[in-house]
Amino acid sequence: MPVAEFKIEYKQILDPKGNIVAPLPKFAADVGDVVRMYQAMTRVRVFDAKAVNLQRTGQLGTYPSSLGHEAAHVGVGAAMRPEDVLAPVYREFGTQLWRGVTMTEILLYWGGDERGNDFAVPRQDFAWCVPIATQTLHAAGAAMAFKLRKEPRCALAYIGDGGTSEGAFYEALNLAGARALPVVFVIVNNGWAISVPVAAQTAARTLAQKAVAAGIPGVQVDGNDVFAVREVVGEALATARRGGGPCLIEALTYRLSDHTTSDDASRYRDSREVAEAWALEPLIRVREYLRKAGAWTELWEQALLQDSAREVDAAVAEYLNTAKPSTDAMFDFLFAELPLHLREQRATARKYGAKPSGH
Amino acid sequence: MAHGWEMQHDDSVIVIGQDVGANGGVFRATAGLQARFGKDRVQDTPLAEATIAGMSVGLATHGVKPVAEIQFMGFLYPALDQIVNHMSRMRYRTRGRLTCPVVIRTPHGGGIHAPEHHSESTETMLCHIPGIRVVCPSSPARAYGLLLAAIRDPDPVIFLEPVRLYRAMRQEVNDDGQALPLDHCFILREGSDVTIVTWGAMIIETLRAVDELESLGVSAEVIDAATLSPIDGESILSSVAKTGRLVIVHEAARNVGVGAEIAALVAEHGLYDLHAPIQRVAGFDTVMPLFRLEHDYIPSTQRIVDAVRLTLAD
Repeated sequence: MPVAEFKIEYKQILDPKGNIVAPLPKFAADVGDVVRMYQAMTRVRVFDAKAVNLQRTGQLGTYPSSLGHEAAHVGVGAAMRPEDVLAPVYREFGTQLWRGVTMTEILLYWGGDERGNDFAVPRQDFAWCVPIATQTLHAAGAAMAFKLRKEPRCALAYIGDGGTSEGAFYEALNLAGARALPVVFVIVNNGWAISVPVAAQTAARTLAQKAVAAGIPGVQVDGNDVFAVREVVGEALATARRGGGPCLIEALTYRLSDHTTSDDASRYRDSREVAEAWALEPLIRVREYLRKAGAWTELWEQALLQDSAREVDAAVAEYLNTAKPSTDAMFDFLFAELPLHLREQRATARKYGAKPSGH
Repeated sequence: MAHGWEMQHDDSVIVIGQDVGANGGVFRATAGLQARFGKDRVQDTPLAEATIAGMSVGLATHGVKPVAEIQFMGFLYPALDQIVNHMSRMRYRTRGRLTCPVVIRTPHGGGIHAPEHHSESTETMLCHIPGIRVVCPSSPARAYGLLLAAIRDPDPVIFLEPVRLYRAMRQEVNDDGQALPLDHCFILREGSDVTIVTWGAMIIETLRAVDELESLGVSAEVIDAATLSPIDGESILSSVAKTGRLVIVHEAARNVGVGAEIAALVAEHGLYDLHAPIQRVAGFDTVMPLFRLEHDYIPSTQRIVDAVRLTLAD
């Protein structure tokens, strides 16, 4: 007889065509709230296209596009509270913009300048995490700090489908479960870890079930449905905040872009798969929902796109006008106080460096 | 190319790593291998570096020779537990019963506008581990010959591939299966006034500096260290005995760098050959900065020229 069994729930509220297939969450009663999420999704998509273009024209470094991830990222942003802590991977610009990170900061970091990591808002969030899965443990640690101080705050860590193969991910789930930490892990399963599909990472039917072995709840959500993402993440955060422990959420979406601007997905991915994924992309269904609610017109859409483009252009101008850091920046912030040998090296760097250069 | 030759001639060789299959590696180093040798012999692994190193130990101790790719040196660290505690000492602790003929290839160094954690040169951490070889080629031809030697070597080799050379250097390489010797450095230029020891992509700035010095009437001997651990001290010492001056150039941070080991070696065994103090030209002891400052971090040609001139000053 079985001594343990599990099931994984799947949540979808808006189907790809914008039909309501499950009870609407409370926030949907305020159409303004839905409009704000749609605006945020549009804004990050306009930003993303511009960032890719900047890289293609030699004005930005390697950039990881978030195209297709807008619902997952904005849904998470809308579910979190400002005082919570985000531990991102490196692609979740929709969440970060929602939380107050600026487009200029994003461009600075991907343009090769550490100042982009120094968010004016939110000061408490972790910076981008390029090593894989390590951030999940940072979120668990931050959650433990909140628990020790009895603060009603949560940490939220993102991870990709590929990242779930790393040991650190399981260690974070295990710790979070064992200590009932106020942390939520969101796997953005976009189907591909550069060239490796999920089926080559794991034999598990879902990534949400990775929670089972850690003794914590795991749930799957349509990651292209901003309603479902916000609802499921919101519930998980509420549970964690009142001491109910962690949760693992798998958001199913699709990477409509290359892995980064350094990648060429046509080498390993069937273009028909990408074309099919476009029919499921997350903006269509919200647009349809808003249209039915009388809150969307083509004219309004054009105005939104223009406003977003103006905002992006202003950020790009600010980024491009930011002078190269001085060579001192290599030594600033390495320690609270710079040791003697590094003061000598700083002088050497001043002597030989400091040539101005473009982006 | 070296992969292909050796896989063709040795059925026990396989290639593993992230994106090495259909994608052919993020630097295209394994392009075409999966089509040629199949998915069993060219395997995409799950995204987990400890997995890559740990399964390499299991494979190598049981008759399969993995040539494993770690996508960037900044991602090597989850694999270090396996490398330090198992791979490097398998032969030693089992008194030769089990051995680990593994090659781990990983990109090395900066200078190509890559994102954070994609530009490190932390070879010194690896050189400190007993029981592994650390190799860093300075040209495509040397990469071919040294990689063949690394695959054929009965012990684990970490093979560092300078990313600036992937981009900067095009060279015809004969696919003739000829290996180059490990544990030997290579004299790239003969000279009489000063010995410059370097490796990897720093060959670029070093040779530029040497050309400039030549126009100033200075004759520099350039040694490509190639195998960083164990280092070929004998060749370095005999060069210093001839020139009486030593400058060591590396991209990695100076503190406890491989340059310090070379300087100590010459201090121990060649001090009386020296006419001037040894100079080190190295990366700064700070974090490899994001790319707007990376060329201020990587030693410049001028820094090398000035260091050489310092050894020549009376």
